[in-house]
Amino acid sequence: MNRTRNLLDEALDLNNDNKGSRVVVIEDCVETSGAFVIHHLIKRNLSLPSSLIVFVAFSQPFSHYERILRKLGCNLVMQRENGRFHFLDMLSMQCPDGEEDKLCEGGLVSLYGKIQKAVEVSSSTEGNKNSVTIMIDDISLMEVAANGSSNHALDFLHYCLTLTSDFGCTLVILSHEDVYSNMEKPMLMLQMEYLADVLIKAEPLATGLATDVHGQVSLLIYFLTVVNRGRYEKGSLKTKTSNFQFKIRDNNVECFYPGSQT
Amino acid sequence: MAATKTRTSSFSRNPSLLNSSHTSPGLKYGPNGSIFVSSGIPDLDKILGGGFPLGSLVMIMEDAEAPHHMLLLRNFMAQGLVHSQPLLYASPASDPRGFLGTLPSPVLSKDDKLRAHDSEQEKGLRIAWQYKKYFGEQQPNLGAQQDCKHEYCSDFDLRKPLERHFLSGQQISCVSIQDLVNLTSFHEHCSAFLNQIQRNDDCTSCIGRIAIQSLCAPQCGYSNMDWGMLSFIRSLKSMIRSSNAVAVISFSPSLLLPAFCKRWQHLSDILLSVKAIQDEDKELAKLLTGYQDMVGLLNVHKVARANTQVPVILEATTFSIKLQKRRYLTLECLNQAPVDGASGTSYATSGSCSGSSKTGALDF
Repeated sequence: MNRTRNLLDEALDLNNDNKGSRVVVIEDCVETSGAFVIHHLIKRNLSLPSSLIVFVAFSQPFSHYERILRKLGCNLVMQRENGRFHFLDMLSMQCPDGEEDKLCEGGLVSLYGKIQKAVEVSSSTEGNKNSVTIMIDDISLMEVAANGSSNHALDFLHYCLTLTSDFGCTLVILSHEDVYSNMEKPMLMLQMEYLADVLIKAEPLATGLATDVHGQVSLLIYFLTVVNRGRYEKGSLKTKTSNFQFKIRDNNVECFYPGSQT
Repeated sequence: MAATKTRTSSFSRNPSLLNSSHTSPGLKYGPNGSIFVSSGIPDLDKILGGGFPLGSLVMIMEDAEAPHHMLLLRNFMAQGLVHSQPLLYASPASDPRGFLGTLPSPVLSKDDKLRAHDSEQEKGLRIAWQYKKYFGEQQPNLGAQQDCKHEYCSDFDLRKPLERHFLSGQQISCVSIQDLVNLTSFHEHCSAFLNQIQRNDDCTSCIGRIAIQSLCAPQCGYSNMDWGMLSFIRSLKSMIRSSNAVAVISFSPSLLLPAFCKRWQHLSDILLSVKAIQDEDKELAKLLTGYQDMVGLLNVHKVARANTQVPVILEATTFSIKLQKRRYLTLECLNQAPVDGASGTSYATSGSCSGSSKTGALDF
């Protein structure tokens, strides 16, 4: 039981060997929400010592995450008071609608400023570079907030990416696959998939939803081998895929290989 | 006695909340600290596990050729008015207030069911109706409160218009989307409505209902404002989250680009879709029992998860909309093998049941 529960962790832990920066992209669809991966990662990161999360929330208020994480056994209010969980409430953030691009950029620039400040403060005081995680829930709503300018959202992502290389943070992004799947040039999604070191896709089962299996997850992990560690070239990297199914509970996520559930 | 007992436990419910549940018939407490308001259709409440959670955004995908979404909207609005909750109704029609005249009237469901079996009960019911009549228009609120004191969700008689006193003396705000200059003014209208609700101390009238019909209809003039509409919905959602209100938006997916339609769907907490069925579809009539009473199909795509990450898995996602005795709106599971096929396309194509080719008609 213990082993199966940690399938998601095991898959993600692969990258812990090399200390490079990494980007985790979670893609979900209307039928199956990928939010549980976000919750799982919050809990996992906060359970590590001297870790810090900068959470950019576009979709849900703090109380929502707080209640869910409390059931997972993690007190977000306390973590926020301790300064380990920076919650940036972007629920009502709306870039002013103007012809000038600068107006629209303004909102995202100030948001980036907040993130940067939080990251810099933590890295200067604690000196532990690998412990900061930036989470964005979710990127498609950031696009909406930026009045549909995926370029601005992309710029924002690239700025965040500089943080991952400068300070060694992890970037976790939630996105919706089905929104982009029937677009002609889904630049944002293509870019994200390109930048991703770990790509997690949450889908419903092809046979529909069941009470025992809530969906399936496919993980695509890009290895950074020891040789080209430090360099950031995807072409030479190995990939590893793993598929498993999951069942979400209030206090954990049960992951298992297809057919192994009794 | 019971109250003191529960308070000693660390899991006690907030006593002030408990008290308020007695005073407001329109609220129901669900699991995970969620509070439900009724959708106005008892069966839909059951399907959704209690109703619409407060602070949620409900979206109904319309059938482009049939007005079945109006059935859901009507009952939702009428239920709010019966509970004397403030209502904001926005519609692309030029006279939205006229729509209030088509709202159905509640019947006392339990009495109604018993009426067929028990003649004495019928007498009692009659007296109750007469009794209410004496109140007339002078004390409408008192009448309304007695009418539905313990009724979380009323049955509505679609053939009977809602009585006048429900429509008067309440906070009902009707907007024609055509009259609004742009989405910003619409947004201001909604936020003004929600602010007004929050100022109310009275518990029953602090629950607001927002019904927006056909948001992306061509006559609204928003057709080239895809992003504007999205950010309107997004900010409406964030406003509702922080206030005691429920919003129902109906929209026609065929009027949106597929990518935007998906974005809308992602924004919703509860996602329903309705579809009409043809009058003379003989294949379907053979396939389904009770086809004659059916007026359409309801699909539940997404169910709200209040304060939990566990998804709600329904036994069936497709339901038939029936009009019982041509009066009462009921939802029933489809009484046939391919019921579950409606949720996954592969099931329908696997050919495991004889009617697999026909189930395609049920898929949305």
